[in-house]
Amino acid sequence: MTNNIDKDNSHLTTPTRLTGSEIVWATLVGEDVTEVFGYPGGAILPIYDALRKFPIRHILVRHEQGASHMADGYARASGKVGVAMATSGPGATNLVTGIATAMLDSIPMVCITGQVSSKVLGTDAFQEVDITGITLPVTKHNFLVTRAEDIAPAIRSAFQIARSGRPGPVLVDITKDAQQNSAIFDFAAAKPRPYLPHPMLSVIDSRLADAAELIRNAKRPVILAGHGILQSNAGEQVRTLAERMQIPVGTTLLGLGAFPASHPLNMGMMGMHGESWVNDAIQQADLLIACGMRFDDRVIGTPSTYSPNSKKIHIEIDPAEINKNIKADIALVGDLREVLEQLLPLLPGRDGSSWLNAIESSKGTAAVRDIRNLPDDGHLYAAHVMHDLWRITEGKAIIATDVGQHQMWEAQYYHHDHPRTLITSGGLGTMGFALPAGIGAKVACPEKEVWVIAGDGGFQMTSSELATIAQEKLKVNIAIINNGYLGMVRQWQEFFYDRNYESTPLVSPDFVKLADAHGIAGLAVRDRGNLEAAVQTARSHNGAFLINFMVEKEDSVYPMIPAGKALHEMIRRPGHNPLVEKPEDE
Amino acid sequence: MLHTFIAYVEDRPGVLARVASLFRRLNINIISLTVGHSERPGVSRMTIVANAPEHANAETGNRIRASLYKLEDVVEVDDIGRAPAVTRELALIKVSATASNRSHIFELAEVFRARIVDLAPDSLMIEITGVESKIEGLIQVLNETENRVLEVCRSGKMTMRRGKHSSGVLRAMGAGDAEAPKPGIHPPKTADNFADNI
Repeated sequence: MTNNIDKDNSHLTTPTRLTGSEIVWATLVGEDVTEVFGYPGGAILPIYDALRKFPIRHILVRHEQGASHMADGYARASGKVGVAMATSGPGATNLVTGIATAMLDSIPMVCITGQVSSKVLGTDAFQEVDITGITLPVTKHNFLVTRAEDIAPAIRSAFQIARSGRPGPVLVDITKDAQQNSAIFDFAAAKPRPYLPHPMLSVIDSRLADAAELIRNAKRPVILAGHGILQSNAGEQVRTLAERMQIPVGTTLLGLGAFPASHPLNMGMMGMHGESWVNDAIQQADLLIACGMRFDDRVIGTPSTYSPNSKKIHIEIDPAEINKNIKADIALVGDLREVLEQLLPLLPGRDGSSWLNAIESSKGTAAVRDIRNLPDDGHLYAAHVMHDLWRITEGKAIIATDVGQHQMWEAQYYHHDHPRTLITSGGLGTMGFALPAGIGAKVACPEKEVWVIAGDGGFQMTSSELATIAQEKLKVNIAIINNGYLGMVRQWQEFFYDRNYESTPLVSPDFVKLADAHGIAGLAVRDRGNLEAAVQTARSHNGAFLINFMVEKEDSVYPMIPAGKALHEMIRRPGHNPLVEKPEDE
Repeated sequence: MLHTFIAYVEDRPGVLARVASLFRRLNINIISLTVGHSERPGVSRMTIVANAPEHANAETGNRIRASLYKLEDVVEVDDIGRAPAVTRELALIKVSATASNRSHIFELAEVFRARIVDLAPDSLMIEITGVESKIEGLIQVLNETENRVLEVCRSGKMTMRRGKHSSGVLRAMGAGDAEAPKPGIHPPKTADNFADNI
């Protein structure tokens, strides 16, 4: 089948007969897709064969997990829908971790997978797997397409589902015969039916008035700022609410950057590794205003002890989140920005100075965690790296982190003033996320400075994507926080398993040589004195750069709420420096 | 605690798996699930009876309903709760019976307003509809009177709210045009007052 795909995309406006494979790309072009992350294979070869006719850049990954994380990072950095592509069977199953990551963090993503021919579906054909069945619990929706004429409607629906309401990943599985057959492509006619909001979405004036009254009368209110602020572009409205009513703000991990870190009302991050004064303020509050967050167990500690004396106003787009973990006194179910726009006119202003002063004074005693100001004792701490990275990049870089200690240190010491500058796996906690997600972010925002911050453990899960960086000539800076352990697991072993460091000491390759093998420059840093120069070298280097930071081995993330404890029962960093003493001395 | 939901779902492959998978993910056991055509073309009606965990509270029903609505194929969900509703189940019961003791079973069936729908030399089949307790009562009596029950086939519960006018009823009555779906267009999801329920 040969067709003339016009360079001006006139097939988007005039119905044209195309192959299923061409329809895939034509539909993606129509949905404003310009980059796709993927890996070819037998069952998706017709689609790859048709790629050359379309103005879409394909980034070849080294493992399909990389493709789904890249599409995820792309979506988080840009706010657009990320697209990943893989072949049937093992290609499709390799996407699953990335799909689940996107599901837990509500990231809009469309995955397109090849499937064996519909004639052999269900026969355990070569590289056949029931990927729609496998991804049922980790996608917002998925499609199995067996006819060429169904491809465009399925992909267009997938985009709408992915980005509407509470966003999420959608998978479209297309059989090989559907790719090879032809059909009339009519982009406009393939338009999905109008988006129907969740039928339980309703904001009632009387509830808004009740909420406003609670806010006006609160003595010790706290705003909990979540990922939903970024998802619904409600940053301005949340800021207005906080400023006008003088309410302090605590953010979730994924809410970092949704409310400027340097804003005087921003207390910092809440939860398991949040600032102690934020958690204390939440515990003492008489009103919590939860904005686009879902009371994750890492945020609330034990539910029964969470902020016991406060009323809770929960503003959330997903009705299934209401009363899931924490009972809401007033639930305003809707798009955060729309709800706040209705709520704000009911809130004229308020004096919050005594509550703000009380919080401010509680900070003073809690600042012992701040080790970056300790005199240089020859130890390089991860906190130094994070703090200096923040200072040197002026907080403007996009940071993609992995999962573990370095992720929490990043959240504590890199102060995010700008939205979409932290790309991190919050819900699923996916190790191996940082490098591919950082690549996706760089592809989405080529003009931005991108830093991947990974631990020595997580980095090795997807370090093969260094080759993708090299092939695509991406300027991605990589900081490996190398402490020779699976650090967060070791910390748990230290606290809760009697220091039995079972299977957490980690032998790693020489990461600088590994980068070199990919044609990527790098250097190792062992001393605090060399930190800044190394970061500047990386920034000015023309091309990707890797720094292997050899940090203190047995440092821990403080403060920490042990599992099963209440928010105020935090383990604080000991007042002395425990790391220069033998563990037996403590 | 038992929860009963009516779900209107699009009649497409895999929808049942999506609904069942949702309950599995929430770790909630489905006691019975019946599916059949509804009054709307292309839309099936499910009656789902689920056993929420011990610690479940009044909000669990809302959460399940909200989660069901998140499935793309689900059109409408009604949580019956304690609302007045008619619940029925159909059972086919095969009992061993010979010419000598048939009449006894005929009498039992009549008491339970059941029907004999098949008769063989050494067995017969009883059809009974009713609430769960009635069907269980018949099975119990059959067992206790030494009539060997050979097979039981039960449909699972079907539930319909009493008196609540669905959009289909309104349409039939020539009212509620606003709610009537246009031909070929997805029927509108109705907005119940969720916030009032919590």
